[in-house]
Amino acid sequence: MTTVEKQLFAAPRHYRYFLTILAIVCLLIAWSVTEVSFELDQNGMKIASNIVGGLLHPDLEFLFSLTTNGVLYLLWETLAIALLGTLVGAVLAVPLAFLAASNIVPKPAAWLTRLLLIFIRTIPALVYGLMFIRVTGPGPFAGVLTIGITSIGMLAKLYVDAIEELDVKVLESMTSIGCTTFEKIRFGIIPQLLSIFLSVMIYRFDMNMREASILGLVGAGGIGAPLIFAMQGYKWEQVGSILIGLVILILIIELLSNKIRMKLVNG
Amino acid sequence: MYNKIFPPKKIVLANGKVVVEKRSKTPLILLIVMIAVYYAAQATGFSFEVIFKRIHEFFTIILQMLQPNWGYISGILPELMVTLKMSFFGSVIGAIVALPAAVLASSNIIKNRILDSILKTVLSLLRTMPTLVTALIATYVFDLPATAGTIAIFLFTISYVGKLLYEAIENVDMGPFEAMESTGMTRIQAFRYAIFPQILPGYLSTSLFCFEGNVRYAAILGYVGAGGIGNLINETIGWRDYSSLGMIVIMLVLTVYMIETVSEHFRKKLI
Repeated sequence: MTTVEKQLFAAPRHYRYFLTILAIVCLLIAWSVTEVSFELDQNGMKIASNIVGGLLHPDLEFLFSLTTNGVLYLLWETLAIALLGTLVGAVLAVPLAFLAASNIVPKPAAWLTRLLLIFIRTIPALVYGLMFIRVTGPGPFAGVLTIGITSIGMLAKLYVDAIEELDVKVLESMTSIGCTTFEKIRFGIIPQLLSIFLSVMIYRFDMNMREASILGLVGAGGIGAPLIFAMQGYKWEQVGSILIGLVILILIIELLSNKIRMKLVNG
Repeated sequence: MYNKIFPPKKIVLANGKVVVEKRSKTPLILLIVMIAVYYAAQATGFSFEVIFKRIHEFFTIILQMLQPNWGYISGILPELMVTLKMSFFGSVIGAIVALPAAVLASSNIIKNRILDSILKTVLSLLRTMPTLVTALIATYVFDLPATAGTIAIFLFTISYVGKLLYEAIENVDMGPFEAMESTGMTRIQAFRYAIFPQILPGYLSTSLFCFEGNVRYAAILGYVGAGGIGNLINETIGWRDYSSLGMIVIMLVLTVYMIETVSEHFRKKLI
């Protein structure tokens, strides 16, 4: 046996550990497979081919019309919901983030805020949508509030990471040269946080586009409602044009957001 | 372009040297954002008045949700299990299929430009489709609601894990791979022994992370008739039975929290 082989065999093995985990995963798969059957609906294949047909032959008039019923206006409405919602969420998340940062408030308070954030994050967007419709009536405004509150969870979580990594030495040196509290916040804290906060916001805006596009299902504005109506009415050409518009818009925004965030992070 | 419209500021230093300071773009960007916000507020009918006048409606619902209907647990559990099954099976199969898809999409392994750009486009198209829309389409195609949900989650997992995985493969250290090829291994063998060990921890941890998110997505899929706890959410809201809704949310938060804790434990071990 050469030294290389000796070293190889000396490496710790966790066969038993891996086997146990593998067995658990296999059991879980066997348990979960019981719910699935790949039986097609009797019309399944026909509908699938209709959908593909609709995507290939979209309703062009509907796609490019400039009226308030056209795809372009609906996309703009979705975009507006995502934009305003992100702003609302970003503003609301700031105080929560400071309350959840363990280097600013005492540990128990930070822990409680975190628990609250988990609750806010886990309630599905559609539930908020239905709740806000009671407040504002159906329409895009309910969508804005929904997007706002669903964004809080993730935004605050990422803000907290940035706050906890604040470089405190800068503040100390500013105190030593006699800066006031306001100056310390303005020149010591804001420059450190702003670019990260902005980049997190833009990332969330990108995600909110997707969220906003489904809110219409509960009547909270945006492109979701026409989409589901077109599907329920089996108008696959309209479904095709809505999906094409949506996918293109989301791709463009993703590209832009990636570029801007790169610039923000790299200075 | 920008510098031509707003010429940079010139500063003459004490020793006579001229320095130029470029004008900041912040005001212009702020202006654009403000205009966009104004028109967005017009389009969505945003008004603070409505919020202040009617926000109490929201808190009445929240108050009712805070008095959960404990007797409803027996009704929730089976649907919760369906949700878990859908998200687990969909994530596992999706993560398994994502591996070959990612290998075929990475330009340093497959030298065929056309093949990998086609796969990359397919992956990003799948990613832009909202999961709920995929689920809605799948409910038309498949007989069982849970299958439709599983398919939607499966497709999303492929696109998400696939994208992160091909990025990981493209950034891998190619040295060992070339060395193994030069000793006479086939490309597949070289991939297995040189690249696979490098990407494996990242791959597993991404899949776990995706599974966490999928449990959350799966919870709403029932709303469009794709099985799981979303059915109940839809029903309870329809009946305005907010205390049962509160119970559903509590169960959901507990489940998600447990899954997140377990998965975080394993993800920390992997990295």
